[in-house]
Amino acid sequence: MNKQPGTKGLIFNEPQLWEKSREGRCAVSLPKADVERAELAASLTGNAPDLPQLSELDVVRHYTRLSQWNFGVDSGMYPLGSCTMKYNPKTNEVQAARQGFAGAHPLVGEEFSQGALKLMHDLEQALGEITGFPAVTLQPAAGAHGELAGMLMIHAFHAKKGKQRSKIIIPDTAHGTNPASASLCGYESINVKSGEKGILEPATVAAVMDEDTAGIMITNPNTLGLFEENIREICDIVHAKGGLVYGDGANMNAIMGIVKPGDLGIDVLHLNLHKTFSTPHGGGGPGSGPVGVVKELIPFLPVPRVEKELDTYKFVTDCPDSIGKMHTFYGHFGIMVRAYAYILTMGGEGLRRASQLAVLNANYIKESLRGTLNLPYDRPCMHECVFNDKYQKENHVTTMDMAKRLLDYGFHPPTVYFPLVVDAAFMVEPTETESKEDIDQFIDAVKAIAAEAKENPDLLKNAPLLTKVTRLDEVAAARKPCLRG
Amino acid sequence: MRYLPHTKEDIDEMLAKSGHPSIDALFNTIPDALQTKGGLNLPEAMSEWDLDSHMETLASANIACKDYKCFIGGGSYDHYIPSIVPYLVSRSEFATAYTPYQPEVSQGTLQGIYEFQTMITELLGMDIATASHYDCGTALAECALIALRKDKKSNKIAVSSLVHPSHLKIIETYLRPTGYEIVQIPRTKEGLTDAAALGSLEGIAGVAVQSPNFLGNIEDLSAFKAIADSKGILFIASFTESLAYGLLKSPGFCGADLVAGEGQSLGIAKTFGGPGLGLLAGTKKLMRTLPGRFIGKTKDANGEDGYVLTLATREQHIKREKASSNICSNNGLNAMTAAMYLATVGKIGIREIAQQNHDKAVYLKSCLENAGFESVFDSPFFNEFVLKAPKGFKEKRADLIRNQCIFAGIDLEPYYPELKDHYLFCATEKVSKNDIDQLAKEVQ
Repeated sequence: MNKQPGTKGLIFNEPQLWEKSREGRCAVSLPKADVERAELAASLTGNAPDLPQLSELDVVRHYTRLSQWNFGVDSGMYPLGSCTMKYNPKTNEVQAARQGFAGAHPLVGEEFSQGALKLMHDLEQALGEITGFPAVTLQPAAGAHGELAGMLMIHAFHAKKGKQRSKIIIPDTAHGTNPASASLCGYESINVKSGEKGILEPATVAAVMDEDTAGIMITNPNTLGLFEENIREICDIVHAKGGLVYGDGANMNAIMGIVKPGDLGIDVLHLNLHKTFSTPHGGGGPGSGPVGVVKELIPFLPVPRVEKELDTYKFVTDCPDSIGKMHTFYGHFGIMVRAYAYILTMGGEGLRRASQLAVLNANYIKESLRGTLNLPYDRPCMHECVFNDKYQKENHVTTMDMAKRLLDYGFHPPTVYFPLVVDAAFMVEPTETESKEDIDQFIDAVKAIAAEAKENPDLLKNAPLLTKVTRLDEVAAARKPCLRG
Repeated sequence: MRYLPHTKEDIDEMLAKSGHPSIDALFNTIPDALQTKGGLNLPEAMSEWDLDSHMETLASANIACKDYKCFIGGGSYDHYIPSIVPYLVSRSEFATAYTPYQPEVSQGTLQGIYEFQTMITELLGMDIATASHYDCGTALAECALIALRKDKKSNKIAVSSLVHPSHLKIIETYLRPTGYEIVQIPRTKEGLTDAAALGSLEGIAGVAVQSPNFLGNIEDLSAFKAIADSKGILFIASFTESLAYGLLKSPGFCGADLVAGEGQSLGIAKTFGGPGLGLLAGTKKLMRTLPGRFIGKTKDANGEDGYVLTLATREQHIKREKASSNICSNNGLNAMTAAMYLATVGKIGIREIAQQNHDKAVYLKSCLENAGFESVFDSPFFNEFVLKAPKGFKEKRADLIRNQCIFAGIDLEPYYPELKDHYLFCATEKVSKNDIDQLAKEVQ
């Protein structure tokens, strides 16, 4: 296993769809028109949209070629910090494609949807067990959507108490969606700094927590890959003044079966099924952001809720304190099927093993690259570790240059320039599905690139060289946006 | 376990390198009192074969596992999906890729979504479309917020009472902590949004009308645009059935400033209501206020054409608490699916399929009227319409689902209590003349 994965290979240019279009072509099999044509009033009828006209092979070749320009988890190691790019099991796709699931109409009636309802109910229970919460909603369509649901519930909780608060505490390590979600609920973000150990200090939180603060949003492990060791004390400080603790569960992959967020004092937590629970990222989505809550917040959960009565399952909407609806129907059911299949495949012990090995992989990388890349927080990490370009700056080489050069070696780069508390962060999250050999190749690649940074920095500055396109002019793209063809 | 490659030798070597004596030691920074004892109480791990069996049982407890005839819509539509669409979108280079933050290795996703944006602007007659939202309801809520924030004088938004009832609820949910309010525009006896009632409303920041509306009726969007213009406010159009715009005058043609739509009809399986596809489009003027991702065209260092995420300064990872939306992940792979569908059906296909939807619905309506149903609204409609059912239909309808897998209409009473015994029927290109004739015979 000495050769790095990245190599040259023939791929194909492929024009935009409308450049291939020829008048008269059509790639769809038109159903037989077996009823009379019904004319619609001319005043309502528009021209046919000017969509491309292609043959079936045109379409197949187009998208086959486009796919060959992409790097997915199936292509190679994708160690994006905080994204949990683990292997997406193919059996999950088989399950989601079952006619009984894929063909299910959401309004056909509960009696005729018992399979779907039972799946949702059982998934809620499983996620509740994993996170330590008595109730879960599956309705939010993504992590950020779950954050909004959680913040809306916190807002509703304070409204019900008769005194709305105006502020939310946000640590400097928070993902941008946290303060954005707080703002959508009218809360002012009170930004606080993590301590020099890279975690929140109770004194920092105590200094700002007051009776006008609705609560705190905390990610644990945080975006530096560190366990927030003071979390219990922090939760107590917030609770003591009547606030609530929102947990961002994006990094759940580090602690399944090891720590339950509900046991830490967190009141409401979202999960990312497209991270921890192996559902595919799809080039940007769809995801799913279920939310678990403590008993006190159950009345505020979105509707409909799924309930079991003896042996049947039903939707319940009579929840007067509910925050209402977040999604037209019940959330991203197709994603729930995949996550549920994953949980059943792994079992409780398997999920715990996954977290253990995810943390092992990250620590192995941290120790192996110590000395090659700077570790701003030289502490034991969880499932991800953060480096930066401090050593390479001496040769005027940046995190960005190293990331682009990694592409030539055949690896997707780690997360770069996040979290913001680290200058030029280089955040590596291998996940548990990467083997030692693949990780060793990655380590060798980073070491080789660090050596190139000293001896031949132009290789990095001009990278990537093997990809279909090289560095793109993002400044021009924003200055003169061209968003359609 | 087949997803976990570590051998005992691997683990020993890695622990040695990382300086930990054991796996448990990796978690020493976690106070012992906080660690779970006893593991997770979940069912034992299933083999792939047992999983297949278990999931088949669950799927079989949904009527959708059978060969059904679907005459219901209500925001989720039963359309043919060409075989190449799921085939192509299942390519793992599309499915297992992340958001294209490293554009050099994501040109497949980026060109695909750029083409999606382009075809959606064609379909809707608008200048700009985003790379997708969650669904029409959440996209509509975002449009409402754009209008409300833009108009500093007013804190109310006028929304048609004939917008999908779930969408109204979503907007209420989003608006509750903001202090903004919804004013519902009532309907006329023709089952359309009451333009005169809208005309007399004061202090509103924007107006949202769905067309075809929830009852299936086609609204005069241009008239609502005129009223919005006269008040100097934004006009938002929405829709749940994308294929309607294969036939109808587009919202852009009618002057919409913002459009929120549901793209599930574009090659995406119904999947018990999600994931679908939120469509969000606007005029060029409103480009920087739109939430969500944009793909833009640019050139690389060698002058080659390429695509990148752009205008990211609007988004949460840059703007943080100042961002107008918190959206991060979108419905990307479903946007790719819709692009593949639109490329497959093309200009000829979408027109013919839309026309067939209209033809079948008109035929279904006349057959049901001949079978004893009463016409309710005298308005043009697209693939959905309302009829008042004869006595005994409620029981007949349940019987039809249970024993013949025919889904005959959505009961409107839960949505509009005054519309007792009224049902919303749908016919798409998937139902044949025979299917329609058979239904009419059954409900006679």
